[in-house]
Amino acid sequence: MSFVTPEGRPGRRDLLLGAAAWGAAGALAPGRAARAQDFAGKTIEWIIPLQVGGGSDTWARFHLPFLSRYLPGHPTIVVRNITGGGGINGTNQFAARARPDGLMILGTTGSIQFPYLLGDPRVRYDYKAWAPVLAGPTGGVLYVRPELGVRGVADFAKLKASPGLKYGSQGPTSLDIVPALAFEVLGLDVQIVFGMQGRGAGRLAFERGETPIDYQTTSAFNAQVMPLVREGKAVPLWSWGALNAEGELTRDPNFPDLPHFAEFATAALGAPPSGPAWEAWRTLFVAGFAAQKFVVLPKETPAAILNAYRSAFARTLADPEYLEKRRTVIGEYDEVTGEACERAYAAATTMNEATREWVRDWLLRRFNHRL
Amino acid sequence: MIDALLSALLALASPERLMYMALGVGIGYAIGVLPALGGLAGLSLVLPFIYGLDQVAALAMLVGLVAVAATADTFSSILMGIPGSSASQATILDGFPMARRGEAARALSASFIASMVGGIVGAVILTGAVLVARPLILALGTAELFMLAVLGLSMVGVLAGRSFAKGLIACGMGLALGTVGAAPATSEYRLDFGTIYLSDGLPLPVLVLGIFALPEIVDLARSGGAISQTAELGRGWLAGLRDTLRHWWLLVRTSAIGSVLGAIPGLGGSVTDWIVYGHAIQTERNGQFGKGDVRGVIAVEASNNAREGGALVPTLFFGIPSSGTMAVFLGGMTLIGLEAGPQLVGNRLDLTYAIIWSLAIANVMGTALCFLTSPLIARLTVIRFGLIAPFMVMVVCFGAFNTSRDLADLVLLLGIGVLGLLMRRYGWPRPPFVVGFVLAQPMETYLYQAVQFHGWSFLLRPGVLAIAALVVAAVALGIRQRRLAEAEEETPRAMETRRAQALFALVPVALFAAVLADSLRHSFLGAVFPATVAAVMLLLSVPVVLRLGFAGHPGGLLHDAEAQPDPQLGGFWTHLGWIAGLVALSALVGFFLANIVFFLAFLRRAARCSWPTALALTAAACALLLVSAHFLVLDFPAGLLQAATDLPWPLR
Repeated sequence: MSFVTPEGRPGRRDLLLGAAAWGAAGALAPGRAARAQDFAGKTIEWIIPLQVGGGSDTWARFHLPFLSRYLPGHPTIVVRNITGGGGINGTNQFAARARPDGLMILGTTGSIQFPYLLGDPRVRYDYKAWAPVLAGPTGGVLYVRPELGVRGVADFAKLKASPGLKYGSQGPTSLDIVPALAFEVLGLDVQIVFGMQGRGAGRLAFERGETPIDYQTTSAFNAQVMPLVREGKAVPLWSWGALNAEGELTRDPNFPDLPHFAEFATAALGAPPSGPAWEAWRTLFVAGFAAQKFVVLPKETPAAILNAYRSAFARTLADPEYLEKRRTVIGEYDEVTGEACERAYAAATTMNEATREWVRDWLLRRFNHRL
Repeated sequence: MIDALLSALLALASPERLMYMALGVGIGYAIGVLPALGGLAGLSLVLPFIYGLDQVAALAMLVGLVAVAATADTFSSILMGIPGSSASQATILDGFPMARRGEAARALSASFIASMVGGIVGAVILTGAVLVARPLILALGTAELFMLAVLGLSMVGVLAGRSFAKGLIACGMGLALGTVGAAPATSEYRLDFGTIYLSDGLPLPVLVLGIFALPEIVDLARSGGAISQTAELGRGWLAGLRDTLRHWWLLVRTSAIGSVLGAIPGLGGSVTDWIVYGHAIQTERNGQFGKGDVRGVIAVEASNNAREGGALVPTLFFGIPSSGTMAVFLGGMTLIGLEAGPQLVGNRLDLTYAIIWSLAIANVMGTALCFLTSPLIARLTVIRFGLIAPFMVMVVCFGAFNTSRDLADLVLLLGIGVLGLLMRRYGWPRPPFVVGFVLAQPMETYLYQAVQFHGWSFLLRPGVLAIAALVVAAVALGIRQRRLAEAEEETPRAMETRRAQALFALVPVALFAAVLADSLRHSFLGAVFPATVAAVMLLLSVPVVLRLGFAGHPGGLLHDAEAQPDPQLGGFWTHLGWIAGLVALSALVGFFLANIVFFLAFLRRAARCSWPTALALTAAACALLLVSAHFLVLDFPAGLLQAATDLPWPLR
């Protein structure tokens, strides 16, 4: 009797025996429970609630081959883009449809965290119902035109006295709320001009001289603004910063020579920033930058499945190919899984009630925007 | 520079890279031939497969796909009157009448040659742009962009057709519908009725398909015969070539305009073909535009291929996508480890030139492919339409819901389709409607931003004044053209349905009133643009209703294409009923199941097919649907059944 079919592939009997052996191994070695999960022949849907070709989509597609390689059974993974409402629609659908079987995962980003944190009435999802398995940070740099004569924080008085400061924003509750709150913390009188279609349009307005102040996320800053800095057409003032393992704000590893925002604000104001604007800035900075992207599954998903994802991402993050190619998509930031990911998730998805109320009130006062 | 150009060509010439380019060309062709799907859908399709590809090969594939989709989407525009993508709407105005006259071959051949020339001009301009693009693009600020939108709007004059008042109101309807969704200045949601779907604004592809494609399908289904009224393809392949050569100067002009407009980030590519089409009407003598003038086809097709070359300029040089297609292209570049921007163009000139060569070569490849296959595809026009109609309904629905993947897409498609049908019947021109819709958002955004940045003195900037001069010239040419067109005959017996016509004229009045009422809820900045549009349009449209209803001699305003219905034709509403049935059934059991029922019922009842034929065609339709949905990773719009139960794909 042979266990091998004519094609040389294992027969069904083998598979049954093998499965039994795996099951036994799993039972005997609880530490390897994750291995018992097998996605062979399955298709996993990775919901991205934003456009094909956008930042989140590209990030998911970059991760896709690694995830498929390291999940047990090498499942097929497809990215499904469900757009609408700036990400709210697809996320609502995930919240309604995902089951605890590990076959549907969601990639979130700052612009999905924000409406949840600020209490947008269209939100039908709750981050508390999910378990994160990957967290991805990013960063950004704020820069000004050289005509302002501001070279750094030493010239803050000059910056503050500059007339006609304008900033091109994508909308009051977009990621651009972070720079808007930064101006508020610093007490800078900056006119916010809405309606920019993406940060690229904001940068174009800066290059044309329509706005003297702008920020870009790290990868765009390196590719698009660094040449301007070298030509003397842009002066970087601060980076948003990054969170260390203790959850403290530190300098962005990509810009070690640039003060992070809290440093800049401390030097500018003569004291560490505080107050509701600062609290709001800090929470939204974490949700929008320091812990911008998450991969989540429903919380009641069995631990074996969650652990399978965690270990797959852990192996991805150590993969030399991942490390070599991540620069254009993720930048030199360390994505995290496991405990560090849980910590980041908690920080990025909780805002205390007083701060939330302050932000909502501020949006109304400052921009006549009602959520 | 010559060195870099040649070495880029050599790099591209490896068999493997050419193979990937051919693959891109093949996919772009297939997506282009399918109505309503353009380069955007094609790129989404290949994006999952490019990770890990060699950079040059991947770029060749992506560029090849985009270039060819713009050539191949002509098939459905010319042969079926369905915009091949929202980028080639204007082709249908002249291409489709030619096909109905039995000149499909001539129209296709002219359009392919024009596309190829346009594509190559686009590549040449992109080459030149390496040197001068940056300062030129930076010279166009928000003020100039606003004026360019006004220039686009000024084309309404020549697109209006018989009645200028009706043209203006149609444009106003487009503008009004274009303000639905988040206000650019304040992010307030206008006319969203609390839904997420409307908070994003109405999707352009659905609007274009509804306004142009549905009325055409209904019309063809009624007439019962084949698309080509002469039931022949016509030889014409050489005639089309000769047409293109004869109008070489138009070809060059429209290619140049197309690539320059394509290169301007933020204008929205979909308005390019209307500007170019308007330009052709304004400048060409003895035009029979809208009735099957080959120059209409040449102008639009040259420009939409040239535009893809132009659109690469801001994408590559600034990392700013100028269209949805280019946004996906940019995402693809990131995936293969490239960051667009000054550094790419400066340090990797080889890649930049590889892209340009790919564009040129793919345009030639695509044109050859289209020529080779067109005798086969053109046969569609001589098949009994009853057999094709359900397929067309299906692909139009598919194209519509591929945009937001929501049942609301189908409902909107139907609603706009009814509007389009009545607009056509009562002589309301549809192109101004689309122009208004496309320009509403850029106009409002750039006007607001220009005022914020420069104050009202933005109107005195030299660039603004220069474009204003162009607007004046365009309007003047349009007026001259109008005088020539006024002599047109009136529809006889249109007086008899004047009450219905007046009632229909209340539709825009109601729309403007709704927009005005809604704007009262909003802040000044969120309300000022829609309120102004609505108020001006109310002043214009109320008198039109009154004249239609009560004036002794409403003259050119009156129009009813159905005043003397051909007794051979089916009812005006019958075939719309079929489509409405499909949408309603989709709401119950989801699109996939509803489509099966629709196919069987239509083929048996309306087209009177035998059971074997009906079953075979339905099976083919399902297969087509499943394959496309699988590759696009798409769920079909769900109905009540799907909400109640959990079904496996594709039923869910």
